[in-house]
Amino acid sequence: MGKILRRTFLIGSAAIVGGVAFGYYKYIKPYDNPLEGELAEGEATFNPYVKITSDNQITIIAPRAEMGQGISTTLAALVAEELDVDFKKITVEHGPASFAYHNSGMLEDGTPFPHYERGIVSNMMRGAMGVVSKFTGIQVTGGSSSTKDAYIKMRQAGCAARETLKLAAANQLGVDVGSLKTDNGFVISGVTRIAYGELAMDAAKLDPPAEIKLKPKSEWKILGKPQKRTDMLAKVTGAPIFGIDVDLPDMVYGTIRMNPYLGGKMLSFDASKAEKMPGVIKIVDMGGPENEAFGGGIGVIATNTWAAFKAAEAVDIKWDKSDYPAATKDINAVLAKALKGGAGDSLRNDGDAETAFADAPRPNVVEAEYYVPYLAHACMEPMNATAWLKGGKLEVWAPNQAPTIIRADCAYEAGVEEEDTKVHTTFLGGGFGRRAEVDFCRFATRLAKHADEKPVKVTWTREEDTRHDTYRPVAMAKFKARLDKNGTLAAFDARIASPSIIASFMGRTFPSLSPAGPDKTIIEGVFDQPYTIANYRVSAIKAQLSVPVGFWRAVGNSFNGFFNESFMDEIAVKAKIDPVDFRLGLMKDHPTAIGVVKKAAAMANWGAETIEGRGKGIAFTLSFGAWVAEVVEVSVIDGEVKIENVWCAVDVGEALDPSIIKAQVMSGIIFGLSSAMGQEITFDDGSVEQGNFDDYDAMRMGQCPNIHVEILQDAEYMGGVGEVGTPPSIPALANAIYAATGKRIRTMPLSKEIDFVA
Amino acid sequence: MKLTINGNVKNIDVDPEMPLLWALRDLIGIKGPKFGCGIGACGACTVLIDGEPQRSCSVTVGSVNGAITTIEGVSSGEKLHVVQQAWIDEQVPQCGYCQSGQILAAIALLNENPKPNDDQISEAMTNLCRCGTYPRIRSAIHRAAEKMGA
Repeated sequence: MGKILRRTFLIGSAAIVGGVAFGYYKYIKPYDNPLEGELAEGEATFNPYVKITSDNQITIIAPRAEMGQGISTTLAALVAEELDVDFKKITVEHGPASFAYHNSGMLEDGTPFPHYERGIVSNMMRGAMGVVSKFTGIQVTGGSSSTKDAYIKMRQAGCAARETLKLAAANQLGVDVGSLKTDNGFVISGVTRIAYGELAMDAAKLDPPAEIKLKPKSEWKILGKPQKRTDMLAKVTGAPIFGIDVDLPDMVYGTIRMNPYLGGKMLSFDASKAEKMPGVIKIVDMGGPENEAFGGGIGVIATNTWAAFKAAEAVDIKWDKSDYPAATKDINAVLAKALKGGAGDSLRNDGDAETAFADAPRPNVVEAEYYVPYLAHACMEPMNATAWLKGGKLEVWAPNQAPTIIRADCAYEAGVEEEDTKVHTTFLGGGFGRRAEVDFCRFATRLAKHADEKPVKVTWTREEDTRHDTYRPVAMAKFKARLDKNGTLAAFDARIASPSIIASFMGRTFPSLSPAGPDKTIIEGVFDQPYTIANYRVSAIKAQLSVPVGFWRAVGNSFNGFFNESFMDEIAVKAKIDPVDFRLGLMKDHPTAIGVVKKAAAMANWGAETIEGRGKGIAFTLSFGAWVAEVVEVSVIDGEVKIENVWCAVDVGEALDPSIIKAQVMSGIIFGLSSAMGQEITFDDGSVEQGNFDDYDAMRMGQCPNIHVEILQDAEYMGGVGEVGTPPSIPALANAIYAATGKRIRTMPLSKEIDFVA
Repeated sequence: MKLTINGNVKNIDVDPEMPLLWALRDLIGIKGPKFGCGIGACGACTVLIDGEPQRSCSVTVGSVNGAITTIEGVSSGEKLHVVQQAWIDEQVPQCGYCQSGQILAAIALLNENPKPNDDQISEAMTNLCRCGTYPRIRSAIHRAAEKMGA
């Protein structure tokens, strides 16, 4: 790991207050503009987000990974709105890996406070995290944070560029800048219209005005309205835009085969047969430094990908074992023990839950235990990266979510300086958190060291991808509630045991750092929900399991939404209160939550007479700042469940592009339902049992319900959209199955207990 | 070996056992068909062979007899195929990785059945999409069917 990253991460994790005080002066100094070194002839840049050529080509940099969520379109719209240009005529680029494109929005949301908690302490923490992110310069796409992070700074970038162009025009015309206007790519002075391109070179030499004023919302022409996405043409014509499509002169092809006992070393290998296979150039030992978490394995360099795949299989390898329990049932025993064990970290502890349960009459107590398995990301595009190490310089092309981390990591791997390392972020064929890891880039770089200064494109097989994921963790939970008369929820106690994602990620990405403190991902989706309960405790227990776990769409919310909202349903049943009314009663302090629950219920015609053989379930989760309620309707046909409808109300505060938001929420719902219907990663003999879409599938067209999404904009703060559809979809389905069949399923996937229509 | 791809004849020197997908991608440089699974389970590699949708990861290059159409061969010059245009009009793609295969599967369906109902769409469209674009794919197929019938 590079020096800068290591030092700045220490500021981030260990000395936040010191970081703010020490760092203030440095913080206000902007990063250098990374576009300045990359300009073409006749091209000018104003800030890290805008390039204009003298012949009027306007390029906007959208420095977040485009993995399907439409972020390149919305970020470009933020700049274009203020710059005042025709949205159809701009070009959008991802741009280089640069500290200038740090994501402070994500780290701000990483603080251990509920989204709605805006007290002094939590705001200080959020502010501090923003500063830390700028220091560390992490350019990362995740946490449904991109628009929140960009909302002000990218509009300011567009505005500053526009005002600078006006200054250049004022100088040229000898008029007062205050008399000038802009219109769709022109500066207007009376009847004179000057195209931005004609002003660009002069304007780039000027400092932007000290004070700039963003347009009021009432003047928005682009934002808030559905835009045609800027990546559609490429995506319907099969353009070679993905990492796997990278093609370079003299390029060779590769693959890897790492130890299926995750993290285990390779004891020995015999490549004599593989080396003689047609197309094979070289077999490489992929073992890294002693403390590397990825374990051992081999890599193949060949003249085509198929030859590499076949040769990798043909290598005879003796593997060392890994140190986690070998079978899923033994892994679950570790979880069960952790759940019974110590107090854990209680990030919510209102009132006195201990006493409230101690004197609770037994019949008034509701208890339930839940379980979710490991899950793979299963991006459509398998892990891949292309690396080229030549003359002490390294270039990496990769579909990735964290280019500055990858730049530091691959530079270190190759033994070159970060200044001599370039990371090109391609389009991503799915990400879902998997591509925030470094492994696929580090491995490509390692193979590039053996590729005789030729570029090597390293593609994983689907089986390698499924069996060497950074999994959504297993989790086990015990929930308890005390009901008093009239169905009042007097006390609520939840304990959730799961391996720590943060510890696992830090361990493999920054092994020199130790992640101390509570991991809020273990209980997000439970401790931070807008329910008011007098005695309310939520505790996270870190289970010690070394199976690599990572960020999977909605992270902890993906399982805690299921736990929390299944349990809310169970309490409502016990209290004999309608599940919608029951939730509304607990949400009195949060009108935004009430708004979406009422809206989803109305969309679903909740409370209408139920059709025989059908059932509806509701669930609510606040995640990544978005308030989401979903109603799922199922039918039961010959004992098999069919998902008929999903109605979803989502409040994101400010909706920048309704079409993209609806697509994202729909996507999140299908992602969640896919997992609930049948996905699980299990272990036997120390390795993952599933390998491909025949045993780890997802929802198909014929199983897809009608999905109805409505957007509300009453929330006080802007929320994310990429992940927020997922958490409530899973419990809403389980609750609907209960409503239709009377069967309460507390274990994922639901297919272990019930069949779905194929 | 001689292959007819998008109306052009290509001669390549190749192991006949190599899956058509890798011959197209790595040897010929046609990147529209995508690698997703290698076992014919996801459809990202779908191409048309004599108009029939085939999963090119599971067809050996030596066994190909007919004319191959990939996504690169469905538009006429600058003018998009009506199915591609419907995909844009309905804003179908998200990550886009599976969409070449989805579009080719839809073209094959509409050639066979110009007015498919929802059940027929479900039956024909078996390709996997991890972004969950299915609702918009369905709308786009109906839209394209309408345009083609007009």
